[in-house]
This record gives sequence, C-alpha cells and structure tokens, in this order.
Amino acid sequence: MKITEEQVRYVAALSNLQLSVEEVAHLRADLDGILEHIDRLNEIDTSGVEPMAQVLYEAEDTATLRADTPVEPLGNAAAMANAPQSGAGYFKVPKVIER
Amino acid sequence: MDIASLTIDGIRASLLARRYSAMELAAEALRFAEAENPRTNAYLHFSPERAFYAARRVDERLARGEEPGRLAAVPVAVKDVIVTKGVRTTCGSKLLANYIPPYDATAVERLEQAGALLIGKTNCDEFAMGSSNENSAFGPVRNPVALDRVPGGSSGGSAAAVAQGTAVVALGSDTGGSIRQPASFCGVVGVTPTYGRVSRYGLTAFASSLDHIGPLARSVKEAATVLGVIAGRDARDATSAAAPVPDYTAGLDGKVKGLKLGLPREYLKELTSETGELIYAAVDDLKRLGCEVREISLPATDYAIACYYILATAEASSNLARYDGVRYTFRSGQTETLAEMYRNTRGEGFGAECKRRIMLGTYVLSAGYYDAYYLKAQKVRALIARDFADAFQEVDAIVAPVSPYPAFRLGEKMADPLAMYLSDIYTITGDLAGIPCMSVPCGKTASGLPVGMQILTRHFDETTMFRLADAFEAHSRAA
Repeated sequence: MKITEEQVRYVAALSNLQLSVEEVAHLRADLDGILEHIDRLNEIDTSGVEPMAQVLYEAEDTATLRADTPVEPLGNAAAMANAPQSGAGYFKVPKVIER
Repeated sequence: MDIASLTIDGIRASLLARRYSAMELAAEALRFAEAENPRTNAYLHFSPERAFYAARRVDERLARGEEPGRLAAVPVAVKDVIVTKGVRTTCGSKLLANYIPPYDATAVERLEQAGALLIGKTNCDEFAMGSSNENSAFGPVRNPVALDRVPGGSSGGSAAAVAQGTAVVALGSDTGGSIRQPASFCGVVGVTPTYGRVSRYGLTAFASSLDHIGPLARSVKEAATVLGVIAGRDARDATSAAAPVPDYTAGLDGKVKGLKLGLPREYLKELTSETGELIYAAVDDLKRLGCEVREISLPATDYAIACYYILATAEASSNLARYDGVRYTFRSGQTETLAEMYRNTRGEGFGAECKRRIMLGTYVLSAGYYDAYYLKAQKVRALIARDFADAFQEVDAIVAPVSPYPAFRLGEKMADPLAMYLSDIYTITGDLAGIPCMSVPCGKTASGLPVGMQILTRHFDETTMFRLADAFEAHSRAA
C-alpha cells in the first residue's frame, strides 16, 4: 500500500479540502493505484540530467521583457464584481482574529 | 444558408458578393447552434450580443468598402476555460457557475479583431481536467458522430461544435492532449502550437508550464488561418514568444516530397487493431506522396504518463488554490471561521477529478516527497524533450497515432481514473516537450468512428506540420 487514509486526510488538510468519509476511502484507493504506476519512474536513470522546469528555445535573453508603459488598471469595481461578499471596496470574509 | 458546411473562404466570398450580410449570418448561425445543441450539449451558453455586435462591425466595414478582416463573420466557439468579458465563463465547474469575467483573453480579442463572431462558450471537463468531457459540472458532451460515445476531452465541446457544424472553427486548450484527442474522436483537425506561440492571457491556469491555446477546424487550412490570427507576442503574457509569425497558409504548397518522417516504435505498441491499420495506411499514403518514412525510437515515452501526472497535478494544486470562496463567486453556506470557509467552499465546489488531482499534486509536493516525485519528474521531462531533439536531428516530422483507440462509450472509463489517464499516452509527450503537434483525420473504423493521425515537428516549425497535414488531407479527400 502506497498511501493510508491518515495520509489522505493530512493531504486534504494541506489542500484545504473538506472530504467525506466515502471520499477519503475512494481517494485512498485511487491515489494508491496512481502512485503505484508512478513508481515506474524509479526504473529510469536520470543521473546527471538537469531538471526541466519550463520549455526553452533559442531566443534573445530579453525577448520576454515588455516596455514599461503604464496601462489603465482593471479598477476596484470590476475586480470586486465577482466577490461572493464585499463592502467598502474590500473582499469580506469571516472574522479571522477574535478581539 | 447551410450553416453546417460554411467555410472561412466561402463566407468571405458570400459577404463580398452581398449574398448575405454578417448580421443575417449571425442570426442564422445562432439559431442553428441553439437548435442543434440539445443533441450534444456542446455549448454551455450562447453569446448573441457579442456575435451581433461583431457582425454589425463587419457589415459597416463592408459598406465602407474596407477589408472586413481575415475571419470576417466566421462563427467561432470558445472553450469555457478561456475568459470572455461580460460572457459567463464557468470552466465546467460549479465553483464558477456564475463567474462573469471583467476582461477578454488575448486570443478572443484577436479573433474578434479579425471579424469573427463569438457564438458561444463550449463545454469541457472541469478546469480542463479529463479525457472524455464527463467531468463537466454541467453534464457530459455527446460525440456528434456517435451519440452514445464521448467526444474526448477536455476540449470536447469545441470538437463537437466543429464536427456538428455549429461553429466553423473553435478554440480549445491543451495541457496533455485536450485539443488533439477530442479532435481525433470527433473527426476534425486540432492543433496544439509550440509552447508560447499563442498568448495564454485569459486562459484559466491549469498547469502553467504545459498549458496551450489552439484551434480546432474542419480543414488544415482553416486551422492554419486561425493560428495565424491568434499567434504572436503579447506583452500581457511573459511566456508568449517573440518569434515572428509566418503566413501559415502560404506554406500549404503540397511540397512534401523528400520530407523525412519518423515513426516512433513506442507509439505503436498499444494500438487497437483498427486504429493501427488506419495509422499504417496513412503512413503508406505519406510514402506515396514522396515522404521518406523511417522507424525511430523515443525511449522515454513509457515514463511520460507518470511524469505528466506528477508535474501537471503539482502545478494544478497551486493554480487552483485561488478558488477559496473569497474572490470567485461561489462560497459555501457553512462558513463559521475562515478556515472552514476555505475547506467547505472547495469541498463542495470541486468535482471528483479536480479533487483527485489537487490531492495528488499536493501529495507529490509535500515534505519528504519533493525529490522522489517532483524533481524526478522534471528530470524525466528533460529526457522526453531530449528524445524529440535527438529525433529531429534525423527527421523533419514525426507521425504517430493520437489515441490508442477511437471514442469510447460514455461511462466506460469513469470508474478507473488510471485507465483514463493512460488514454493520453501519445499526446502528453508533445506538451512535455513544448513542440507543435496536431491531429488530422485519417479515416474511420468499420463502425464509423473517426481516427486521427498526429504530426509533431520542431519548436516553431508549424509550417512543416501544416504543409504535411494539408498534403495528406488533400490526398485522402481525393481517394
């Protein structure tokens, strides 16, 4: 077994995901199978290989820099328009700190 | 006006000959798309206001005798992970069921600048995570070619819309095969351009080192035309490439004689017999066109799925962290504390596949596992990219299947996530290497299911890819 239900609950907490008892059981079985498959990576020799974080190709060093020109920002009203709860130009959330 | 058989060139000719106006076409195209949609569920919502606004501008340009644009009055559909200002963009997720973006994706902006009419937004797997379109919170899409089958995923709605004829062309997104696989399942052309060729500004992030926007169309030439419109540097996406965009349609000259093609033996092992026969027949056609085909080896292929499902889920677990109930419409009703709001919003909002990937991605990045999984996968990714670079020393293009099998039945693979992941085996490698790749139809099985052939070329060599695909398409249409 690659992963236990306890580990699943720990990872769910890290991910901020509320899971039901059934979901924990299902995810444990699913992740177990996937991690089993992933284990085959141990078969391939990667010594001396540089990790690849992104796709690279020939280009000028500064090719991705843009001109530093100010542009009109989105604006507060547009940015807030999809907020589930807002007020006075801010996103509102449940109280974080008790007085 | 036969909407389902419209072409970009045909619309242009009709507009210039005043056979119909852009406004008339927009009305008819919207009516047709809305009438046809219940068959497949390809669209999540329509955008008549945008379509009519764009159509009026095309008619005004025509009335003034001006150039109406390269895509004048062409009905387009856009996958619902690509944001459209004022038009609901759900990403196929309950979390964003009511999200109205305050800005347009660059690719959409460029389509409309060229005169295209945005008909509507297409269904997809939630946050583009899936290979069958069954992970949409708004119901699956049915394959228009065989209604009991999946259209592929995650850009299943875009592929279905183009196959059904409700859009002439569509935009999709591809992270592990999400344009090419549905294109092959629905019998249309689907293109994943070089990483960075098309701006991702406005594409909802799934796995940022792998995400692409690309076109789906009913012909190679039309796909090439659309790519020419949407490609190119965009200051709002620092990963977009500055390399000049060639005229892709000018390169469709049929000159493929002497082109050196590689057939990777690792891509031929798991094919169903019918898919294999069609791929081999397509290779024979390419030989008849004068191409030199040789067998090549891409030895790291067997590790691609494992590599991809580490890197893509790790990136996704980070990218999807923003859906926490603060900014994006949906918030759980159970929110006594801030932590509870986060957990319940995400627990109630995300579907099963998104949860699975967030969990896997968080697990492989968690303390103690980083080197064994994430770092190892990045090294394997380098080997996969090196395989392609080595192959392109010998050959000009690689030809391969898109999927081991044609469209499967709805529900067939839903119980086994690993089996679903394995269906991406031949498309994932192109994304990992960031090279251009596409699916072009290469025939149908005995029961009438389309099969696609994949063509892959060097970084930024879309021209060779399109030339080969176009010559093949012309040859198979003549046969």
